[in-house]
This record gives sequence, structure tokens and C-alpha cells, in this order.
Amino acid sequence: MTDLTELGIRDIRDGVRAGTFTAREVAEAFSAAVAAAKPLNAFLVETPEHALAAADAADAARAAGAAPKPLAGVPIGMKDLFCTKGVPSTAASHILEGFTPEYESTVSQKLWDAGAGMLGKLNMDQFAMGSSNETSFFGNVVSPWRRADGGNAPLAPGGSSGGSSAAVAARIAPGATGTDTGGSIRQPAAFTGISGIKPTYGRCSRWGVIAFASSLDQAGPMARDVRDCAIMLEAMAGFDPKDATSLDLEVPRWEAGLNASLKGKRVGIPKEYRVDDMPAEIDALWQRGIDWLRDAGAEIVEVSLPHTRYALPAYYIIAPAEASSNLARYDGVRYGLRDLPDGANLQEMYAQTRAEGFGDEVKRRILIGTYVLSAGFYDAYYTQAQKVRTMIARDFERAWAACDVLLTPTAPSAAFALGEKAADPLAMYLNDVFTVPSSLAGLPAMSVPGGIDAGGLPLGLQIIGKPLDEQGVLDAALAIEERAGFVARPGRWW
Amino acid sequence: MSVDIATVRRIAGLARIAITEEEAERLSPELGNILDWIEQLGEVDTAGVEPMTAVIANRLRLRDDVVTDGGIRDSVLANAPQAEHGFFTVPKVIE
Repeated sequence: MTDLTELGIRDIRDGVRAGTFTAREVAEAFSAAVAAAKPLNAFLVETPEHALAAADAADAARAAGAAPKPLAGVPIGMKDLFCTKGVPSTAASHILEGFTPEYESTVSQKLWDAGAGMLGKLNMDQFAMGSSNETSFFGNVVSPWRRADGGNAPLAPGGSSGGSSAAVAARIAPGATGTDTGGSIRQPAAFTGISGIKPTYGRCSRWGVIAFASSLDQAGPMARDVRDCAIMLEAMAGFDPKDATSLDLEVPRWEAGLNASLKGKRVGIPKEYRVDDMPAEIDALWQRGIDWLRDAGAEIVEVSLPHTRYALPAYYIIAPAEASSNLARYDGVRYGLRDLPDGANLQEMYAQTRAEGFGDEVKRRILIGTYVLSAGFYDAYYTQAQKVRTMIARDFERAWAACDVLLTPTAPSAAFALGEKAADPLAMYLNDVFTVPSSLAGLPAMSVPGGIDAGGLPLGLQIIGKPLDEQGVLDAALAIEERAGFVARPGRWW
Repeated sequence: MSVDIATVRRIAGLARIAITEEEAERLSPELGNILDWIEQLGEVDTAGVEPMTAVIANRLRLRDDVVTDGGIRDSVLANAPQAEHGFFTVPKVIE
């Protein structure tokens, strides 16, 4: 019998439906793989009992002749930003250590309703703030990938959804949830040679997702290929009255709609993304992507997004401002950590609890956010950033007159080594240069593997689409996937 | 934009995060560097541009004015660091 952990979401779903293997066999195989992969530090909590219960339900339903659910028999990993009832949910922070939600996030509930089971909760950057997983309170995730130089330097799996990317790349989960505020699905997907899509803002409910920057936060799937992402996104998306910004729209049948022929489509190449000192390998990958999409039938056009260079500074005002407000809820009173020194008053308890409970990067962003929102600075920083955000969104709107999707690299480099950028917060922020603009505009965007660099590490290409056109994004990504022939995978060392 | 230590202390106070003297000294140049970098937004001419309020056009909904939640006191208190007699408890705030 084949090793079931070699299978992706579609093959598992179809195999369980056909009776080629049972859902229980799949859940057991992946749970064992998770248990054997501790050196990756990808999982904060393992929940094999959850995966097995969902699998048994899927097997029983099949035996009873019931119509199969969309994800029946598929076990997945759940980023620890999603609240899961009865299972600790910490956002990889100390301040939420031990927090065990009494409720289930909408997105995770939708996945369980679709028949999926949970292998466990995935490690991440603390409160999703980071691009390398080094801000987790519970230790960084280690990428399953290693450079081909024999040096075995531990590499960053990307962030913030680094537990998700590492788990899928290591084949200890066929798919995982991620969340993306400024690139937290796409950059880790690129770093680990997998696919991941951030849908249009409002497609996936934010209810029960621990908040970072509410006007940007969006959930999405991370999986081995484009089709698996489409399958999983269909189960995650949909209107939710509990989220005020949820879009009241039907969920398209993205999987059934997949079409890698781009005849009649126009692909825009934004000239401002040719940043200074871009590595030649990234430039060459981008050119290959252009050739592949032309080969798929698309017309290639150059477009201009003139305010691109202001996206990162605008993001690093808006996201910390929203974070400073959202994270005010951690006060040591209602849930999570409380640090109450002898004789301390209420104000001292707040300050001590937050000093003890938040990591350095989280504190840094709360302080930046507090500063830019403080009296006298609000208009100069926050209002100005929101105006620039409007201009960035307009750039995209103008581009849509000339093209249907945009093609760019996902990140300016392959995965860096753990520790390499940790000392310089700004250098870390610059890693999001290609992913942040589409986040600010709420657009659907996806990373798909495009090749490997000279060091043997994966590189990703990004497709950005019009609002609500996840289908166009998935189709273009599929056209790349079919031509890139990406088969590289990390050798097992864990 | 330099952020002096007094400003770091004021901001940390507003954010209700206790910081040590060493942390304040470390944060002063760190926050200054980040603020220097975001200063460049000031050079964009935004005259006549409305600040973004919603990325995707979406009408805010009204729901029926009925009770949809409640009666879950024990669930609400379940994760409290300290709860007594059905209430959250905090250090004494009234002398």
C-alpha cells in the first residue's frame, strides 16, 4: 500500500470516496507523521483524537451510504490564530498561554462541517507579527528545507504562517489553514515550495480568529498544489453574520471552475516591482513566469502601480495602529496571563501583565501603533497612511483596465537562515515588499512554486487578481504550476 | 525623527506596558529608526484624497434588534485568571 502521507487533499478525498483506503488509515498515517516530526516544532498542540474522530465519522457515513462531505477523510493542520473549542489557542504568545476557547472560529467550524479533521494547532509568529517564525513564544519553527551546500543551517519557514508552511512541505499535513495580514500566507508558501492563497478581504470570516490588524486580516488555505487550495478555500469561505466585514456572496465552485488555458486573458507586469538590488535569480524566475503565462495563451502587458514604494511604510503605520487597539484587550482580567505583584494596583497589574505576556516584536508594534495614534500625530501618520492606501488601491483599479491578473515574485529572496534578520526589524519588514500592496487593497493573491535557486531552495511566483476574482488567480497559478514542473521536496532529516 | 527616552516612557505608559530603564534605552533608537523610515509617507501629495475606510465596497448590515446571546456566564468566566462569585475580580480600585 502507498504511503498515505504522500497524498494531497484531492487524492485523499477521492481515495476515501472510492474506498481505496479508509479515512481512519489516513488520519493514523498523518498523526504518526506529526508525532515523528517534533524537531520541526511545527505543532504547538497535537490532536490526533480530533483527526481520528472526524475520520471515523467519514468512514461511518460512507458505510451508511450517505453523500460524502467535501473534505470527508481529510486531516488538516490549524494555525494557532484560530480559536478552537476545548483546544488551547495561544497565537503563539505567552499572554494567551493556557487559554482554551469556549467557542469555535467560523472558519474552523466550516472545515469540520465539511468533514475535515484536525491534526493539531500550528506554531506561528506571535500574534502573526513576523516573517520568520522567530517571534513565537514557543520557539521558532524550523523549515524542513536545507540548502544544498551541506551546511545544514536551520532556515526560516517564513511567517507568520510558518508552522503551516513547514507542516505541508514536510508532508505531515496535506493542507493547513493560514492567515495573511501583509503576506503571512504567501511568503511562507514561497519559502517552502507550496501553494497558498489569500482570498479577497471579506471572503473568509474573521470571527474567532485572534485579531492582529482587522482591516487586513484574511484567512486562506495552504496546500501542496493549486487544486488543493481551491478545494480547501471553498470549505473555508462564505458569509458570516458574526463578522461585520464578511461579504454576503455565494461561494463560487472554484475547483470545478479551474482552467489553465489563459487564452484571451491579459497578464500585467508591474514595472515598479523591479526593485533595486533584486537578486538575478528572482528576476530570472519572474521572466520564466512571464514565458509560462504567454505559453498558456495570455497576452503580457506592462503596467504601472506608481505608489508601490509607499505600501510598506503605510502598512507599518496601519497594521501596528490596528494592533495596538486590538491587543488592548489583553489586560489580565478576562482571560490569559495575569501578573499581579504584591501590593500592585489595577493599572500596575495591566502594565506588568502586558510586559510579561507580550514578546519584543509585539511590544514594538504596539508602541509604534500607540505613537502614531497619539494626540497630535494621528493625522500626520494614520490619516496620511489611509490616504496613501486609497491611492494604492486606485493604482490597482487603473491596472485592471489593462489586465486581468498581475504576475510578480512572491518574496525578494529564497528562505533566509534563522537569526539572519532577527537583529534588524526593518530588514525583516522589507521581506514583505511584494505582498503588502495587494493586502492594503484587499485583493486576492496567491503564491505558487516556480523553481529552485542555486542553493536548492524554493522560489515562489505571486498572482494578484481583481476583487472577488479568486478564479482568475487560481487559473493563472495553475497555468504556472503545470509548466513549472516543480517536484523538488525537502529530504527528511527530522 | 528621534524618539527620546521620555517619549518612549510616555508611549509605553499609554500602551500600559511596563518597561525597564534598559528597555527604554534600547527602544529609543529602534522606534526612531522605524519612524524615520515611515516618515517618507509625508512626501506623497494626498490633497483631495479620502482616507480608505473599506477595501471592498460592502454595505454595513443592520440586524434585528433582538437578544441573540447570553446565559453563558460560566463560559465567559471559564478562562479568567481569577473569578469569584460569578464575577471577574481585580485589585481593589476604591479606597
